[in-house]
Amino acid sequence: MSLASDLGRTRPMQRLANPWGRPRFLVGFTVAYLLWSLLPVLMAVLFSFNSGRSRSTFQGFSFRWYWGDDTLSVFHNESLRAVLIQSLKLASLSVLIVVPLGVAFAIALDRWRGRPATAANTMMLTSFVTPEIVMGVALFLVITKLFTFIHLGTGAQILGLVTFEMAYPVIIVRARLLSIGYEYEEAAMDLGASPTKALRMVLLPLLKPAIAASTILVFADSIDDFVIVRYLSSGASTETIPIRIYSTARGAPTPALNALASLMLFATVIAFAVGAFVYRRATRGEGGETSALSDLAGQI
Amino acid sequence: MALLFVVPFYAIVAVAFGAIDPVFGSPVPVWNPLRWNFESFRYVITETFGNGGIYRPALIRTFLFVGLAVGLCLLIGYPVAYFIARYGGRFKTMLVVALVAPFFISYLMRMLAWVNLLQDDGLVNSVLVSFGLLGSPKNWLDGQAITVVLALVYGYIPYMILPLFGALDRIDPSLLEASRDLGASRRRTFTAVTLPLSRQAILAGTLIVSLPMFGDYYTADLMSGSPRTTMVGNLIDESLNSPFVNRSASLVLVMVMLLFVPMVLYMRSTARAEREGSA
Repeated sequence: MSLASDLGRTRPMQRLANPWGRPRFLVGFTVAYLLWSLLPVLMAVLFSFNSGRSRSTFQGFSFRWYWGDDTLSVFHNESLRAVLIQSLKLASLSVLIVVPLGVAFAIALDRWRGRPATAANTMMLTSFVTPEIVMGVALFLVITKLFTFIHLGTGAQILGLVTFEMAYPVIIVRARLLSIGYEYEEAAMDLGASPTKALRMVLLPLLKPAIAASTILVFADSIDDFVIVRYLSSGASTETIPIRIYSTARGAPTPALNALASLMLFATVIAFAVGAFVYRRATRGEGGETSALSDLAGQI
Repeated sequence: MALLFVVPFYAIVAVAFGAIDPVFGSPVPVWNPLRWNFESFRYVITETFGNGGIYRPALIRTFLFVGLAVGLCLLIGYPVAYFIARYGGRFKTMLVVALVAPFFISYLMRMLAWVNLLQDDGLVNSVLVSFGLLGSPKNWLDGQAITVVLALVYGYIPYMILPLFGALDRIDPSLLEASRDLGASRRRTFTAVTLPLSRQAILAGTLIVSLPMFGDYYTADLMSGSPRTTMVGNLIDESLNSPFVNRSASLVLVMVMLLFVPMVLYMRSTARAEREGSA
């Protein structure tokens, strides 16, 4: 800050000439922040392509830790492969369950005013603000002490993720519903469509961008989830990538761990690209260039 | 939803106030409130708030770490959000992508990235040593409070910047122009116009960052793993993996009690924002 005011004092003429010029200090600060926030991750991805065992000295580019190495690479090591598959499985299954349920839930909440809807809404927000460890411990205790017919493992993990992720589609879809209003649906019904037909042919297409956004968020968030998935796992067979990072990062892992983490990142990037494409197509003609991103940013 | 939310919470209470199986030493939840046993809860309360309690240092440390980390998040995040919102210009979309990117990178992966960089022979040490700032490589990952606090900042700062950016981006530039036209200096325009208009976002950002930090245990585990940086989250996690599950449940209750006010505050502020948005 002091740097900025110094600049102001030393160059008064320039400042007068352009009162809306960019403060240089802020330019540097922002660039530094962005480098700080993204470079470490890029370094981690880079080292997943290291040909040596080190995670701090780069010894040449190779795919050794992805599939080159016959015993230690992600592709050939059974345990690493299982971790990758479990992660993808949990993320895709929770998207398949959470998104349709969440959309239905949001529509129901939107139509069904009054006290029950307010209560459901508050509950949804509560799950948003509760520290994850509280949810994790709670779900762990319920499943081990009360619903003992559900066993720890994939089923329990999915159940936990569904509970936690449900808030995303509900909040996003409700926001969209508010901006759509009832007019289109009423017009469809005035023109002779049945309520189901109006829902299917008018409302759902209008909700497409919100559905695309929720799908990306739910996928990215469940593949990254750590606390809940860890408490509800049943041991090595249902470990996911974040759990593996947690348990081995401080040991002496090979760059295969970086490769595993990078694969998770690539999966999210692909999901994001596909989702953004759908979003862009669905909102074509609705707003400017930045609408997809700023909408998404506003919703997080 | 109620089934998945109210029941789990009741389970915490039932275990916290539950009994211990005399043979196996494992906790038995007591579902009937009339037969609750407060022994383990009382133990946790005494050890947390009492003088010389074994949980007390961790509680104080948690508040210290979270306070420092949130302060730093705000200090770093506000200028960045301000710059991108006001001066982003034609780069704005790109800059917002860069702001959103960390959301799509796993938290654990971002911590792994720093574990790599902070190793004894890692990049941070070699840079600091080669510039002569450090005589010999420092062991960053061995219970250094500063490492844990900075890791928390690194991990949660995107959640601070986005609401700030959202609020600052919505400020109509003509308000700032009016303020300057009426003779206010840059600084005065900032303190009298920009800052008050972003107050809600500062509050929301602070809450949204601090709530998960209070429950965090993996950052401290990965970046230090030493008892010198134990936070309340670590206590909960450790007792959940021990025979004293009751204590874990009681600690969770203590945490919920402590965080109840900020949680309600946050929910009210989002509800208000929603009402204003729809009006």
